Amino acid sequence: MTKTALTNMGESIARPTGWAGFSADWTSDQRAFKSASWGKVMIWIFLLSDTFIFSCFLISYMTVRMSTTAPWPNPSEVFALTIGGQEIPLILIAIMTFILISSSGTMAMAVNYGYRRDRVKTTALILATAAFGASFVGMQAFEWTKLITEGVRPWGNPWGAPQFGSSFFLITGFHGTHVTIGVIFLLIIARKVWRGDFDHERRGFFTSRKGSYENVETMGLYWHFVDLVWVFIFALFYLW
Amino acid sequence: MAQETTHAEAHQPPIKLFLIVWGWLFVLSTCSYLVDYFGFEGYPRWSLILLFMFAKAGLIVAVFMHMAWERLALVYAILVPPGAVLVFVAIMIFESDYTHAARLMFFGAGS
Repeated sequence: MTKTALTNMGESIARPTGWAGFSADWTSDQRAFKSASWGKVMIWIFLLSDTFIFSCFLISYMTVRMSTTAPWPNPSEVFALTIGGQEIPLILIAIMTFILISSSGTMAMAVNYGYRRDRVKTTALILATAAFGASFVGMQAFEWTKLITEGVRPWGNPWGAPQFGSSFFLITGFHGTHVTIGVIFLLIIARKVWRGDFDHERRGFFTSRKGSYENVETMGLYWHFVDLVWVFIFALFYLW
Repeated sequence: MAQETTHAEAHQPPIKLFLIVWGWLFVLSTCSYLVDYFGFEGYPRWSLILLFMFAKAGLIVAVFMHMAWERLALVYAILVPPGAVLVFVAIMIFESDYTHAARLMFFGAGS
């Protein structure tokens, strides 16, 4: 049950970089990804597949928006909030964007401190990331509640094209599910870091594999991806 | 295992870099919000939105997700396949134009 070893004889030879390195890696024996562990390659391939899922959702949104003859509701007005008697366009969505970016920042630093074996800072930063994520989901729940009370349904809404509701609930719902799952896993990883699992190579309860601080990086890759998807949703659904 | 850990530890970028990127992501998000706030319309709006979107996505993937430090073999394996999405987008733009035209022709505007 050891990791795919990075200890083969070729490891000591300096590897070519750039295009020569790309071609040498892909045409070599045993493994194409010389510096990335199997765990990192697998999370990247998972994220690639998730990219295609979200792409399909965003493309279908584009298709229904381009082909409907009814006017598309103006997101700037739909998602406006009245604060202090003044209507500010898209303000809640902007705050959610800043929160998710901040959570990505704390996550990136958590990965960094993890590799420096600073248990306390890593745990604190992961917990901060989870708190940001949870508040994001909370705001999304608020937004859904607001829109549902205003009469938005997957099959219609008071302002125009009925496809607005179906696109909105599908895309933000699927993204919100990703954030929720991310928060749950962040809490699990935070507990593992705090307990010192990655210092003592304690085996995981599900995979039975030795823990290492690379698990924090894998978690980070997923979390940054969730932030990345939001960048596209924010631009293409809310701002367009 | 030991080798891998030392490798990863030896190549940790300074925290300052993440703070700078974080700051830039805030600036770019503010810019894209201001596109809506100041009410740009048409092509300036769409091109500004896409510009800020790709700048933010690039920073997140390159620095936060460490793509800038990976070998090209992994970079291309992950970043090239999403290019197929652009082909899909082109197909669906064509298809929705056709649907839109057919709806106008047979159902009239506003339905």
